[in-house]
Amino acid sequence: MNIVVLVKQVPDSGAERTLRTDDNTVDRASANNVINEMDEYAIEEALRIKEAHGGEVTVLTMGPERAAESIRKALSMGPDKAVHVLDDALHGSCAVATSKVLAAALGTLDADLVICGAEATDGRVQAMPHMLAERLGIAALTGARKLTVDGQTLTAERQTEEGYEVIAASTPAVVSVWDTINEPRYPSFKGIMEAKRKAVSTLSVADLGIDAADVGFAGATSTVVEHAKRPPRSGGQKVIDGGDGGVKLVEFLASEKFV
Amino acid sequence: MADVLVVVEHSGDTVKKVTLELLTLARGLGTPAAVVLGGPGAAGPLVAKLGEYGAAKVYAAEHEELHGYLVAPKATVLASLIRDSSPAAVLLAATQEGKEIAGRLAVKLDNGLLTDVVAVEPDGTATQVVFAGSTIVRSKVTRGLPLLAVRPNSVTPTPAPATPTLSTLDVAVDESAKLTRVVERVAEAKGARPELTEAPIVVSGGRGVGSADNFKLVEELADLLGAAVGASRAATDSGFYPHQFQVGQTGKTVSPQLYIALGISGAIQHRAGMQTSKTIVAVNKDAEAPIFELADFGVVGDLFKVVPQAAEEIRKRR
Repeated sequence: MNIVVLVKQVPDSGAERTLRTDDNTVDRASANNVINEMDEYAIEEALRIKEAHGGEVTVLTMGPERAAESIRKALSMGPDKAVHVLDDALHGSCAVATSKVLAAALGTLDADLVICGAEATDGRVQAMPHMLAERLGIAALTGARKLTVDGQTLTAERQTEEGYEVIAASTPAVVSVWDTINEPRYPSFKGIMEAKRKAVSTLSVADLGIDAADVGFAGATSTVVEHAKRPPRSGGQKVIDGGDGGVKLVEFLASEKFV
Repeated sequence: MADVLVVVEHSGDTVKKVTLELLTLARGLGTPAAVVLGGPGAAGPLVAKLGEYGAAKVYAAEHEELHGYLVAPKATVLASLIRDSSPAAVLLAATQEGKEIAGRLAVKLDNGLLTDVVAVEPDGTATQVVFAGSTIVRSKVTRGLPLLAVRPNSVTPTPAPATPTLSTLDVAVDESAKLTRVVERVAEAKGARPELTEAPIVVSGGRGVGSADNFKLVEELADLLGAAVGASRAATDSGFYPHQFQVGQTGKTVSPQLYIALGISGAIQHRAGMQTSKTIVAVNKDAEAPIFELADFGVVGDLFKVVPQAAEEIRKRR
């Protein structure tokens, strides 16, 4: 099975993240940039499918030059090769333009299965898998906490508010996964060494047959008007339990009319 | 005034609270028109409630195919309604499915989309809270109409009675939208508790709760307050509570009137999912825990002493 994993480099969600004041994009220069956490589960799932059914795993990333570090990190887990869509014209791309670029790149890779994380920790839009499926005319199985591959048939358990849905489709398809699906492996020393020699090809917007005016700021379908740090919550009252902490807690709830 | 389409979320015959919030928001942008997408007979039981919150129109798209396939048929029907009726804006709930439908609409209509919106101005400019609640962004769709996925609990739903006219929509879905079948829907027991993302009160437990068995204490307090139960990632990863109740960066985002954090330190991972709650209460034995920086009221103490006493006090006050 020919599997493509979408990997996004994002600012570490465990540290302070900011938007740039000059162009309102994510400030990547001052951030610790890492693989989007959910994508590690996508890589793991792809590797497990390859191990069980054979095939090849390709990492696909759209991002600036520094995203190359995350691509190497992803490859050190075990994928065979990577494609990096790299073009200054992409800076400032909205979700709609991003889906156009990724769909075009996927068009060059002839994937049976595209796997990605259910959401990125920076934008949290959660729409990309369906946007890609819509553009490519293929199935989307999203929000999977379990995935079964049987020949060309994919079956997934999709987490919902009420429980889960069992959904099924034939390849080719896009699958997005939550962190409940598996436990990602750590790169081995051998994996890290091998990753240095794996092929990473780059594609420009022109290589994909896309007009630079349709992506980045030039082609954006939405814009940030302004942004500001949310005023930090001011810590309120803190009491040390002296045997009546529970009563004091309820007194507070009562003063706020919750009980 | 032009119509503002509100995509209805419903659970059986009940309109979800987030839809009432969207109708309330829609009234500031134009004339609310609710769109019900479901199986045969889905719309009928919902009309009265939608009218109560200001829907001047209800569009009903009812077909087995809307029920039997994942998301794509709903987007097909909505795209054709949007092309035919040229609404002023389209509002969806920022749930997984709402965002997915919005994504498909954005591609079909070559239209911008904004997700996790918490407020909308009359011209469609949206406010979003991003980066774990630390940054407020005002954004605008610049191509097409405002296509907005709004986070539950962002506004208080207020009634504004209207008598809706009911129109039936043709459901013409081609094969390309029927690629992913829904084989089965399985409800997992959550008892009588409200849904996590919609609940006005959420009581969550973290690592400090210590075990799956001890989560009964969290549930007991939740039930006394009519609250939903949540859990931190540390608690779900340790197997104390099922993953679908995880609140945080990799789980649900909640924004209730009251959030009670029990034995939760308040790592960024968790704060990302609850920071916009109106009132926050915390119980933690570590006085330096970052959760206290957010809490309107904090008790430094042993939750196994404080919580049972609080439960007892609530019972006494009844």
